[in-house]
Amino acid sequence: MILVWLIVLLLVAGLVAWLLDRHGSQWPRWIALGALAIDLILALILWAEREAHLSISNQGVWLADLSAPWIPRFGITFHLALDGLSLLLVLLTIFLGITAVVASWTEIRERTGFFYFNLLWVLAGVLGVFLAMDLFLFFVFWEVMLVPMYFLISVWGHEHRVYAAVKFFLFTQAGSLLMLIAMLGLTFIHAQQTGVVTFDYQQLLGTTMDQTVALWLMLGFFAAFAVKLPAVPFHAWLPDAHTEAPTGGSVILAGLLLKTGAYGLIRFAVPLFPAAAQAFAPVAMALGVVGILYGALLAFAQTDLKRLVAYSSVSHLGFVLLGIFSWNAIALEGAVMQMLAHGITTGALFILVGALQERLGTRDMRRMGGLWAILPRFGAITLVFAIASLGLPGSGNFIGEFLVLLGSYRVNVLMTLFAALGLVAAVIYSLALIQRTFHGSANESWTAPDLSTRYLVTLSAMIAVQVWLGLYPQPVLDAAGQTLQNLRGFGEVIAVVSKG
Amino acid sequence: MTLEDFIALLPLLVTALSSLVVLLLAAFHRDHALVAVVTSLGLTVAFLTLLVAAGVAPRPVTPLLIMDSYALFYAGLILVASLAVTILSYGYLEKQEGQREEFYALLLFATLGAMTLAAASHFASFFLGLELLSVSLYVLIAYIRTDGRPLEAGIKYLILSGTSSAFLLFGMALIYFQSGTMEFARTAALLAGSVEFPSTFLVGLVMIMTGVGFKLAVVPFHMWAPDVYQGAPAPVTAFVATVSKGAMVALLLRYFVEIAAFRSEMLWWAMAGIATLSMFAGNLLALLQSNIKRLLAYSSIAHLGYLLVAFLAAGPLAVEAVTFYLTAYFITTLGAFGVVSVLSKPGDEAEAIDDYRSLFWTRPWVAGVFTVMLLSLAGIPLTAGFVGKFYVIAAGVDSSLWVLIVLLVVNSVIGLFYYLRVIVIMAADGRRDVRPGETTQALQVSYADGLVLAALSGCLFWLGLYPAPLIRLIQTMQKGLIGT
Repeated sequence: MILVWLIVLLLVAGLVAWLLDRHGSQWPRWIALGALAIDLILALILWAEREAHLSISNQGVWLADLSAPWIPRFGITFHLALDGLSLLLVLLTIFLGITAVVASWTEIRERTGFFYFNLLWVLAGVLGVFLAMDLFLFFVFWEVMLVPMYFLISVWGHEHRVYAAVKFFLFTQAGSLLMLIAMLGLTFIHAQQTGVVTFDYQQLLGTTMDQTVALWLMLGFFAAFAVKLPAVPFHAWLPDAHTEAPTGGSVILAGLLLKTGAYGLIRFAVPLFPAAAQAFAPVAMALGVVGILYGALLAFAQTDLKRLVAYSSVSHLGFVLLGIFSWNAIALEGAVMQMLAHGITTGALFILVGALQERLGTRDMRRMGGLWAILPRFGAITLVFAIASLGLPGSGNFIGEFLVLLGSYRVNVLMTLFAALGLVAAVIYSLALIQRTFHGSANESWTAPDLSTRYLVTLSAMIAVQVWLGLYPQPVLDAAGQTLQNLRGFGEVIAVVSKG
Repeated sequence: MTLEDFIALLPLLVTALSSLVVLLLAAFHRDHALVAVVTSLGLTVAFLTLLVAAGVAPRPVTPLLIMDSYALFYAGLILVASLAVTILSYGYLEKQEGQREEFYALLLFATLGAMTLAAASHFASFFLGLELLSVSLYVLIAYIRTDGRPLEAGIKYLILSGTSSAFLLFGMALIYFQSGTMEFARTAALLAGSVEFPSTFLVGLVMIMTGVGFKLAVVPFHMWAPDVYQGAPAPVTAFVATVSKGAMVALLLRYFVEIAAFRSEMLWWAMAGIATLSMFAGNLLALLQSNIKRLLAYSSIAHLGYLLVAFLAAGPLAVEAVTFYLTAYFITTLGAFGVVSVLSKPGDEAEAIDDYRSLFWTRPWVAGVFTVMLLSLAGIPLTAGFVGKFYVIAAGVDSSLWVLIVLLVVNSVIGLFYYLRVIVIMAADGRRDVRPGETTQALQVSYADGLVLAALSGCLFWLGLYPAPLIRLIQTMQKGLIGT
């Protein structure tokens, strides 16, 4: 039941926040924060209780599981379940949710109730995505994330918000619908073979089918996840959406929504169609490498601070794609680590950029420079996250990228070589960010207050998590390890069967 | 006719009786509120008698009508929609001076016609129902005589509808010439042995499809729809978009299933062509509109295209998908036009897209209802529209109509564009300019209207979140249809 509570709490709190708006805009903020705090406690309890189960081999057994019939006509169940991988992502979701609420505290002054309603509903959708084990339910949550996010961008965003919001919506929706077709295709093939119409993930695992059909269906799933990830060339929506979104929205977009794409690939696209995924792997890996280099190049070329961070996400998520399609233990653990670390780093960078924009009224780096003298705390903390983002040892990003490269090296040396160039490029654009903004001579005489305590607390917590991921990643790797092994083992068995 | 026949016919009889009562009331004691209440009561009682009629169904009543669970289901849908339109009309006509009572009698006649269509098992009752519906609509569309545009729309509908009826009659005559009967079941029995349809029969069928296509406003018979939607009073537009089309779909579905029409490949391809054209023309033209009523008109053309995709997917899933989609479409369209209707008054329809600017901040509830209706039209989850679209795609995938399904998806994405545009405008900043002479009093949403909108939104979420009960109902109903 705790899984349902995690989601329902956010949904209800969202509605309450909206309704209480008329009694003052403080209410929605505290309600959002309170609901997320309770969620965090619930999730931590889950982890503490089940930690013992994480390390032992528990193939096919969930840490928490809940299933109820929903639409029997199509064998659709309301099936939520949690394993190590989900647990990590749930924790990330709630953690970043809290930081997003704090980051929006002073930025959002109008229609606060509706803002927090949307924020909480996006988060509920994301949680649902990480927990749903019924394909239809997964799709529903997948879409639930979409509409509130659209409102977040289009109502509270910056100059070109409507354009960005519509572009975001259309890209993701087009991908989603292809996924829906693929889901139905899979279900009906399963039904033809077994006579059972079902959308249950575990029952659909291991459906054997014609190689060509499998490839098409896999591509349907891949389309939705690649758009979200975002893999080049499906990334066109991302810079606009990130740039125009309010800070809280950007944090959620970069920190969480992109991860749903990666999660989908790990959980659904590859395990459901292992052979097809294997055949497609070189293409996907190539897309990942192109994303790494292309994202880095464009990040360097930006003058808009937010766009720089946005393009750097394209680059970092390229590693995740590369890791997933390398599909061995090390690369997958690297991909998961990179997902978590990137969520924290980029979330923090967006918070910093947002706070900077709130103070200066611009994101244009050409107008900045020499800010360190006025805003030393800003400078120091940004430096920490910029360095983390470029993957210096000691940060979670380093662990992630290192493991991905180590894993992909065993699969394809040439691609790994090119991907490693991305690490160099990351150094260039990350340091360029610091150089252009905080160092050098001041281009304009800004006066602005430095980071407040509220920000310091939030960002310190993020630094702490980041350092923890970098220095002692073992608990995280353990938590994800068993799940990944199950998924992988399953994939291998099927690959052998379908070849034989 | 036995007593049981009358019991089976009760829903139709009650509706007919209420229309007579309304006419007499209008003749002796004009009172808008009273008439509206009597109409609502009549429709409610008619709806309740469906349960009584269900006790004796399925039952052929004379060779003309068949009261089976299928007819009863669609009659229920039509009655509920009419009830919603009645209440919305009351709020709308209250803002109008002059004689308003006949409006309700015509509404009841049109409802009766629609129900007759849903229960028709014979070309005579088919035509009777259709004309009862159409003739009432001519007047309803042109009811606001103080304005030029409703009149123009009414005449346009009259002329085109008359032409299409002529096609329909010619088609029926050809089929009668070929088979010597006008009963659906007997035609079907005569054709049962043949692999392909005889050519005369086929020509007749194509002509009937022309007439039906006009009523459904599918491409290429859609020309009237935007003008009539725009010109008609908002509640009447809601009626045209739902009841009139729904009854026609009900008839078409029954007839095509009965004669197994899709054994003719030519018909299948013709229908596939119509579906494709409707989806594309509807969505692409809707993109260009800056008038909400025209936008919704084109969007409903596209939705009928989606519906036809489900129609083309043969098998039991098709009937289910069509019915479910239609139910969702009813709720959503009524809701959308309900919002337009609440914001409109006779002679001054809230149709310009600018009328909706920043509605979210001036009237959050109305804007909220409109938003969920638009999201449902766009097929976003948690709404009935999503489950409907899911059903259609499921039916398509089940029958391997890959090309049509992909076209449907492409169109869904195009559709998102203009639905989102309206939502964006509602969420935009900037106060709406209050036009001179416009008082907030006139724009107050009455409790009855609010209740209708709330109920429709409730149904929207109910079907979106927990569609299982309706699906069970449709499955039971659908078994009856295949059985006859």
